[in-house]
Amino acid sequence: MTEKNLVYRCDGSFRAILCCIYEIYTHREFPVKILTPEDPATLYLEKWIETQDAHARRVWKSLPQKLGRRGAQMVRDGYLTCVPEKELLLCRFIARGYEYGAGIADLLADDTVNALQKALKHLYNEAHLYRGFVRFSIHDRVMTASITPKNRVLPLLEHHFCSRYPEELFLLYDKTHREALIHQPGRAEILPMEEFTPDAPNEEERAYRRMWKKFYDTVAIRERENPRCRMTHMPKRYWGDMTEFQEEAETPAPLPGKTAEKSALPAR
Amino acid sequence: MTALEKLEILTDAAKYDAACTSSGIDRDGQRGGLGNSAACGICHSFSADGRCISLLKVLFSNACIYDCEYCINRRSNQTRRASFTPRELAELTIGFYRRNYIEGLFLSSGVIKNPDYTCEQLIETLRILREEYRFGGYIHAKAIPGADPLLLSHLGTLADRMSVNIELPSEKSLRRLAPEKSKHSILHPMGLISGKIQENSCEMVRYRHAPKFAPAGQSTQMIIGATPETDWQILRLTESLYQKYQLKRVFFSAYVPVNSTALLPPADTKPPLLREHRLYQADWLLRYYGFTASELLDEAHQQFNPLIDPKCNWAVHHMEQFPVEVNRADYHTLLRVPGIGVKSARAIMTARRAASLDFTDLKKLGVVLKRAQYFLTCKGKAMRGLYVTPDTALRNLITEQGRALLPQQQMEQLSLFDTASLLEPQKAGIFLPA
Repeated sequence: MTEKNLVYRCDGSFRAILCCIYEIYTHREFPVKILTPEDPATLYLEKWIETQDAHARRVWKSLPQKLGRRGAQMVRDGYLTCVPEKELLLCRFIARGYEYGAGIADLLADDTVNALQKALKHLYNEAHLYRGFVRFSIHDRVMTASITPKNRVLPLLEHHFCSRYPEELFLLYDKTHREALIHQPGRAEILPMEEFTPDAPNEEERAYRRMWKKFYDTVAIRERENPRCRMTHMPKRYWGDMTEFQEEAETPAPLPGKTAEKSALPAR
Repeated sequence: MTALEKLEILTDAAKYDAACTSSGIDRDGQRGGLGNSAACGICHSFSADGRCISLLKVLFSNACIYDCEYCINRRSNQTRRASFTPRELAELTIGFYRRNYIEGLFLSSGVIKNPDYTCEQLIETLRILREEYRFGGYIHAKAIPGADPLLLSHLGTLADRMSVNIELPSEKSLRRLAPEKSKHSILHPMGLISGKIQENSCEMVRYRHAPKFAPAGQSTQMIIGATPETDWQILRLTESLYQKYQLKRVFFSAYVPVNSTALLPPADTKPPLLREHRLYQADWLLRYYGFTASELLDEAHQQFNPLIDPKCNWAVHHMEQFPVEVNRADYHTLLRVPGIGVKSARAIMTARRAASLDFTDLKKLGVVLKRAQYFLTCKGKAMRGLYVTPDTALRNLITEQGRALLPQQQMEQLSLFDTASLLEPQKAGIFLPA
């Protein structure tokens, strides 16, 4: 297979990546880059890859057969990672897998496999941390939370939170990827969502936040203070969405609609 | 007293308990209930001291009838006292759990009135959680020493993990600092619980629906640095607890002076954190790396080397077993190499099936070459450009915490003769702080 001075551009979906593989093998070529619609144009010859269900399905079916069950899972989860040039890495991995066979997942010292493994480790690790770091607020009966992950962790969190809160209505919003996990008893779905603004906390919610902060501050042993250790386990980028690090607003934030208009009026 | 004040007092009273893991049991949530549990444990936050917060760790009450010298809740201390009611505490737990602040409840208590009464209060709290709220999250309950065995076994069917604190590493110290407790009063419930757990595992085979007894096992904790026991004594005790009572974990808690009496170290003593760290490292070696206590320390070497970690220390004293060939050594031999952990040893086993490995491959697999390079060969060759003399090796094995202990000048003047002083720091006058 020759590496031509050629780049692919596709719509960036998982199926599009599978279609890239289809294209690679029908034309016996390998792109130097795979671009998505947001990427700027390059000086290379560019080829648009149309996402076609039939092509994607055919490649998808081949994955467990050729790469083994774990290899196929690495491809599927690999799509959720935030590794740069993810599309190209996945194509390289699949191509390497076709060549090597079902043991590809065990080829840990191979550069391509290793790069994907590292990205997956980052993904799984972040998902694991978020199982603990998500903070729900309760408004009447609905629970809501926002997170800012680097990887797309919602599919990996779905089972955990649905199993944890089987009788609750909840919404978990991913601010980075603008999608939300929405659950009601017996049903859950991940949907794209442009924006989400939580309601102002009610009195009960604020009381619980105060108690949690008090607990958080009290449980630390002053003589053992170790900010570096805390930061290693819980990097600062997670703090923004966590209750224990938020200043309590003394007066509730102005509600949209009437209240907002009122406060916008000049005082006379 | 408001709920907020109560929470503050009873958290403050419970914070010295080291155990706060939520590990050891996988349980899916049930329709109609609330909560699940993950065997790997989940940390929900980390407090300013860097310790994980996983469970709502509180005392049920800090009004205690005992007067143990080291304890902040001793009867003769003038502190504010508070108690929850079972329902209050259950509601608080559920409120925190629904907001995903916590993984469950860690419930301990001072002894109110008598051990039986205290135990009944804990049981009532857990009963409300498990039966009324159908709570499926994690519960760690402290067994109250001296409570009736029937009450303890009831508590065990409601909790996931149980623990009895061994408090101090020897009977002599216990008699001195906690005269109202005895070795027997601590080991008896511990034996009872471990017996129950084993009995239960037989029942589970016979009857599918037999109620589970403390399915996430039993743990314990002891205070380090309040009494004169050596690391060797502590490690041997730890090992025997694992063997005799099948404990899941033994926790060490560096002594933080909370009371000042003539029997205790002076009040300005710094908690011996490095010592605690070395003990935990050794504890890991016992549980996951196939070491025994007698390999790590012995009669002649009773304290851990503060400069290098216990595994490196063992390795430099057993250079005759090294270097090890990465592509041929079995799993247990690989585990004994400094710089190779459980994960990287497994990765090596997997990756070398496909191709033989060299040093760059090892780096990709997560081996810490900085330490491992002195103990390994790849395809029969040592690492390129590696020039080893005993003291360059040792210098590089000294841990970050250990380095802080060394005066800078001494670092420069190391020679073959000084190496001996690093291996026997106590003889050379380098002591563990505090």
